[in-house]
Amino acid sequence: MSDASQKQPDELPTRRDFIHVATGMLGVVGAAAVVWPFIDSMAPDAAVLAAGLPVEIDVSPIEEGQVITVNWRGKPYFIRKLTDAELSTAGEVVEGDLKDFESVEQRVAGDGAAAPAPGWVIVAANCTHLGCVPNIVDNAPEGWFCPCHGSVFDMTGRILRGPAATNLPLPPYVFANETTLVIGTDQA
Amino acid sequence: MSALEQHGTYQPTTGVGKWVDQRLPLPRLMYDSFVAYPVPRNLNYAYTFGGILSIMLIVQIVTGVFLAMHYAAETSVAFDSVEHIMRDVNSGWLMRYMHANGASFFFIAVYLHIFRGMYYGSYKAPRELLWILGCIIFLLMMATAFMGYVLPWGQMSFWGATVITGFFTAFPVVGEPIQQLLLGGFAVDNPTLNRFFSLHYLLPFMIMGVVILHVWALHVTGQTNPTGIEVKTKTDTVPFTPFATIKDAFALVVFMAVFAYFIFYIPNYLGHADNYIPANPQVTPAHIVPEWYFLPFYAILRAITFDIGPITSKLGGVLAMFAAIAVLFVMPWLDTSKVRSAVYRPMYKIAYWAFAANAVFLGWLGAKPAEGIYTLLTQISTAYYFGFFLIVLPLLGKIEKPKRTPNSITEAVLGHQAAQGSTGSPQLAGAAASPETKG
Repeated sequence: MSDASQKQPDELPTRRDFIHVATGMLGVVGAAAVVWPFIDSMAPDAAVLAAGLPVEIDVSPIEEGQVITVNWRGKPYFIRKLTDAELSTAGEVVEGDLKDFESVEQRVAGDGAAAPAPGWVIVAANCTHLGCVPNIVDNAPEGWFCPCHGSVFDMTGRILRGPAATNLPLPPYVFANETTLVIGTDQA
Repeated sequence: MSALEQHGTYQPTTGVGKWVDQRLPLPRLMYDSFVAYPVPRNLNYAYTFGGILSIMLIVQIVTGVFLAMHYAAETSVAFDSVEHIMRDVNSGWLMRYMHANGASFFFIAVYLHIFRGMYYGSYKAPRELLWILGCIIFLLMMATAFMGYVLPWGQMSFWGATVITGFFTAFPVVGEPIQQLLLGGFAVDNPTLNRFFSLHYLLPFMIMGVVILHVWALHVTGQTNPTGIEVKTKTDTVPFTPFATIKDAFALVVFMAVFAYFIFYIPNYLGHADNYIPANPQVTPAHIVPEWYFLPFYAILRAITFDIGPITSKLGGVLAMFAAIAVLFVMPWLDTSKVRSAVYRPMYKIAYWAFAANAVFLGWLGAKPAEGIYTLLTQISTAYYFGFFLIVLPLLGKIEKPKRTPNSITEAVLGHQAAQGSTGSPQLAGAAASPETKG
């Protein structure tokens, strides 16, 4: 350390300085390693994660125009079967009417292999404003009204007006067959 | 101040006292801090809330410890265990009502304590750390009260917890993982209830620790007083005991009488009927309202109904609410006036009372539905809340012409007494000789 430098020897870091810094750094790493399991223990545990596995719902009893509420991961979700009239009314809502525009095709279960029939709406049942459960209304195009702060969602869960800024989110889901809906995964 | 501190006046009289004093001088510390400690002679009843608050903390801890012996933090039995406390446990109803109303009265006292500090400029140099420690206590109190309200597992418990932990989802990217870490799941559920009970039991002891620092800082700088002038001579002070002790005790008795009225006659007046309905994740109460002591901040949360650039209205509301508390921390540096007490600040006095009225108004608005005219009023009211700190406080120091301040506390007190022609009171006789020594 004393060679090849024009600094005075007492300005140079000594071996002892290096050991102090290295020890301090190791101490910080050690402290972080001790703290981590404590913080990690607060994350959703194995039981909660297991309870959050996809749920299967038999949708055969749901009539056209009916809404049911199911639970996945401790939160409620709406399953709504739209009538043809409601579906076409929802299609008439244009981009200018909505603050978070998504087309009806993006909101309802697509037909084809993925869904047995058109008109299935599967949305989270917690208002995107502050998490209240909206009331079901049957006044197309209005489909839900949140009693807490007055947000109004359409039949496909799109925000029409009120303080909520975004549409009711779509959970991952898939139809396993004609009558079985799986919420929690989009892999058949 | 330090020159006037009467440390060393403690004289242990018994053999045991002397023995202890040489080994652990705790009695000496207590004597110097709460008996011989000099306080300004002109403290009024606004200065009694510190003592009331320390008693309220003890009331909450004692009732809480006994309630915890009968409570079960498990979603399937939590609600029933609270009803068990109310119906089956001897005096359980009393302890629960003391604890629930005690939280409200704790906040009444802390708000009056904070407003007293704001009126008399208690936050100004050299008491900035004292003030900041107080702000930390206030924050810890809010966290404790929020988590305590979740424990009975009623509808308001559940939905209040849902809404408040939902604040974190307003933050992009990190929000949702943080919320899940707090909840221990994807929604408020059993893991949430368990950890809230654990933390609700822990936080009061952390409050106790910060209170000790708060009192320590207070005893280094000494108390402010209604004149805002620092203590200069010994005639400016009286010993803590009996003067402040008796005054604090009388205020405490009056405060406790009101507290008792609530406990015994209107124990549920400050609560919500919805919280006597067990928590149901499928059904939201018609009207989610936080406890009254959070209402002004709840109003500020809802005031931001518009997007500001990339900040959505939801994130903006959450930031505004946190900022409403954060701004208290920097208050000592926002106030540019050299005069401490509002008594000598005519313009600040107006701004202060407008702020106090505005804060109460915000609380009223927080309980109203967020629609129509209420939204606009909330926005105006929120604007003044922040305007007071960020515009009025810095500006008044520059443009305000303060009144002449007295030269000393003694002069202020005796001048006032002389004007009323009552200097003959025996208590003041000793001090009556001192006006000529002023300055």
